[in-house]
Amino acid sequence: MTFHLNAALAARSFEVSLSLGPAETIAILGPNGAGKSTLLDIISGLLRPDTGKATIGDKVLFDLTADKNVWRAPHARGTALLAQEALLFPHLSALDNVAFGPRSAGASRTEARETATHWLTEVDAGSLASRRPGQLSGGQAQRVAVARALAADPDLLLLDEPMAALDIHAAPLLRRLLKRVLADRRAIIITHDILDALMLADRVIVLEDGRITEEGPTRDVLEKPRSRFAAGLAGLNLMSGTVTAAGITTDRGQVVAGYHDGTAVPGQDGVAVFPPSAVSVFLTQEHGSPRNSFHVTITDLEPHGDQIRVRAGGLSADITPAASADLGLTPGMTVYFVIKATAVSIYPA
Amino acid sequence: MNRRSGTGYTGIPPWIYAIAAAGALFVLLPLVAMVAKVNWPQFIPLITSEASLTALGLSLRTSAASTVSCIVLGVPLALVLARSPFPGQRLLRAFVLLPLVLPPVVGGIALLYTFGRQGLLGRNLELAGIRIAFSSTAVILAQTFVALPFLVVSLEGALRTAGNKYEAVAATLGAHPTTVLRRVTIPLVLPGLASGAVLSFARSLGEFGATLTFAGSLQGVTRTLPLEIYLQRETDADAAVALSLVLVAVAVAVVGLSHRRPHTSTAPQGAPQ
Amino acid sequence: MSTRKHVTFLLVAGALTAGVAGCASGAPATGSSSAASSGASETPKLSGTVTVFAAASLKATFTKLASDFEAKNPGTKVTLNFAGSSDLVTQITQGAPADVFASADTKNMTKLSDAKLIDGTASNFATNVLEIAVPPSNPASISSFADLAKPGVKVVVCAPQVPCGAATNTVEKATGTTLTPVSEESSVTDVLGKVTSGEADAGLVYVTDVKTAGDKVKGIPFAESDKAVNTYPIATVGASKNKDLAKAFIAAVTGSEGKKVLTDAGFGTP
Repeated sequence: MTFHLNAALAARSFEVSLSLGPAETIAILGPNGAGKSTLLDIISGLLRPDTGKATIGDKVLFDLTADKNVWRAPHARGTALLAQEALLFPHLSALDNVAFGPRSAGASRTEARETATHWLTEVDAGSLASRRPGQLSGGQAQRVAVARALAADPDLLLLDEPMAALDIHAAPLLRRLLKRVLADRRAIIITHDILDALMLADRVIVLEDGRITEEGPTRDVLEKPRSRFAAGLAGLNLMSGTVTAAGITTDRGQVVAGYHDGTAVPGQDGVAVFPPSAVSVFLTQEHGSPRNSFHVTITDLEPHGDQIRVRAGGLSADITPAASADLGLTPGMTVYFVIKATAVSIYPA
Repeated sequence: MNRRSGTGYTGIPPWIYAIAAAGALFVLLPLVAMVAKVNWPQFIPLITSEASLTALGLSLRTSAASTVSCIVLGVPLALVLARSPFPGQRLLRAFVLLPLVLPPVVGGIALLYTFGRQGLLGRNLELAGIRIAFSSTAVILAQTFVALPFLVVSLEGALRTAGNKYEAVAATLGAHPTTVLRRVTIPLVLPGLASGAVLSFARSLGEFGATLTFAGSLQGVTRTLPLEIYLQRETDADAAVALSLVLVAVAVAVVGLSHRRPHTSTAPQGAPQ
Repeated sequence: MSTRKHVTFLLVAGALTAGVAGCASGAPATGSSSAASSGASETPKLSGTVTVFAAASLKATFTKLASDFEAKNPGTKVTLNFAGSSDLVTQITQGAPADVFASADTKNMTKLSDAKLIDGTASNFATNVLEIAVPPSNPASISSFADLAKPGVKVVVCAPQVPCGAATNTVEKATGTTLTPVSEESSVTDVLGKVTSGEADAGLVYVTDVKTAGDKVKGIPFAESDKAVNTYPIATVGASKNKDLAKAFIAAVTGSEGKKVLTDAGFGTP
């Protein structure tokens, strides 16, 4: 019972193919407009791709390959959608909202309510059963929405930034809840939050401009990001180019010296990755042993924990406020970002 | 002088109030004049005469029936217009709304050439033994024709405001489109549907031109209250005024009803996107 | 939300006025006033404007009579206002500036004279009788008044409240025939409309209406029509500011040329 998808939609320059095991959860990461919602809409049947095919086990969701034209309506797919807003039906009580799925599947009113009560309890919302959606807080509503999606017994659960609209107190609660209920379930979760990926997903897919740019176990992607987006999520600097004996050479001709992990072969595409904490900032060119030095213009200065994050030339450096004051850093200044070669990891892209 | 009670700055220049007052008077004064003209000692006998009661009863019955047909025909129309884009949609909407601006007599003539004995459909209906002309059915058809746009406009607005996010969620939860319509869409737009139905009822109640042209005028069959008023005016102005007041009273009640919104439950919770 | 409420209100208002406007379909009084100077009474030469309120059934004849009158009396202008006789009475009672009133029945003229709103006495200038109007194909094969009472025949008549309906009642009583009409219209035009559109098998209208309708309907005269002869009276309105011109116009209507125009149109002579 594996989920397979490959789909292309020219109008949104979208082309994705992915597979998902029965109890696997993947997180989809990517910048705005990368096609994350398009992916969920295509899977749930709200949007029709130009070509492609999707199956869950034997069940064909759609098959638009060659001259086939199979299209299963959204209600017959078994792909429940949980969005950023809870979207509880405002005219139904929490219980009846949760009972909606079972009722639609043909369960009797009593059976449906039993199932609904079970799932409400499961999401710690049993006491909210008789409330109207208007009487629920954002976090409570989203919990009921989770119960509603689960009560429909979906083959594949689709979550579209379920925590994004919640306040800072409600989000951790829901995240814990999702961790518990997604444990043995197939789900795709769109998120902006690296924490969601870490806690909830077995695998991460990075989507950029309608294409998958990176894919792998969450830990691997975060430790060794290959895309600039994933590196940003992991809080790392990333430069890409061609692998050389000593490091990489970027497309613009910059030479980055670094530490080979042994997998990179000179000549192939590779990346150089280093944390902002490994970057030192100087006002003048320094000459020293194996060091990388980049002449950059400061674009932004912002607080980052108890440090100051200096952004320049697409890279970040974390320095102490005292150092920043000593150097008299302001946006627009040109400085040198200096990184020890031993702090730079080089591996294939 | 301009220290009005209440809070907040309205931004309305003072002279606007004067013109607004004139506008309000323009609407109210004729009603006042009519009330002043009512022969009060005779009022009750006038409005409870057999002809009046028959006309009122017929008006209420036919208006109720045409409101039902407006709902049956108008809900699907509004859904199609609001939710499913198709070529010619703007054109269809324009045509559906046409009776709003069309003189009712024109509607009557159009209906005559459709459902009349020699009309486009009427000819075949006649062969099938169904006769519409001079029947209460003709009155209901005339009323439905002029009242339908009111329901469609109200409901289409409500449907557009509500959006279709709830429907998408309902579908992914496994609900068949018909179930979605019954359990999600209709309940969500119920306030809009109700106000549309009330408006249709009001318009049906006031229908005159199309009925006169298309249905005829026979006590208890096709002579609705407006037609009765028109006829009474020939002989008994007091009766016409008294009946007009009844119609105004019913209309005011209907307006009041359509303004009394119980609760606006269509607003989605959470932040709008 | 508030915008929607406003729209709702407008729609309700529209719904109501559409009905109310239908009830008040009477033509507005023409606003022209008599332009006669005080010198008009001293000179025999006629000038100025005369406003004539005439029953709707007189539209064709009075339009012709008015243009004849203007041609014969250069410097005069005849303004015509046609509507149902009772509407015209209401308008004149409310002060509409009429100089001449020509009614389709004596009852409405009596209303005005009782209210002392006419000058002198009215003179009868034409008569009109009922005739059966049927679609050209005469689908119900009507040939007599009695045929109208045959079962299955769709007859449309005027409501008893209006003059043509009263006349219909009189004929029914005189002949002992009871009609079961499918509709009792509030004006003779509406009766004729139901016949020309083919909705009705037969309608009772005036002889002159059948003539005006041309070949859209077929007229079937019946002997009993003389039981209900409708008389058309004409009079000068008391408030007229140009009574000389008003009287001259009345003279033209009642004179030989006026009679000819009326007779050609199917009217009888009183």
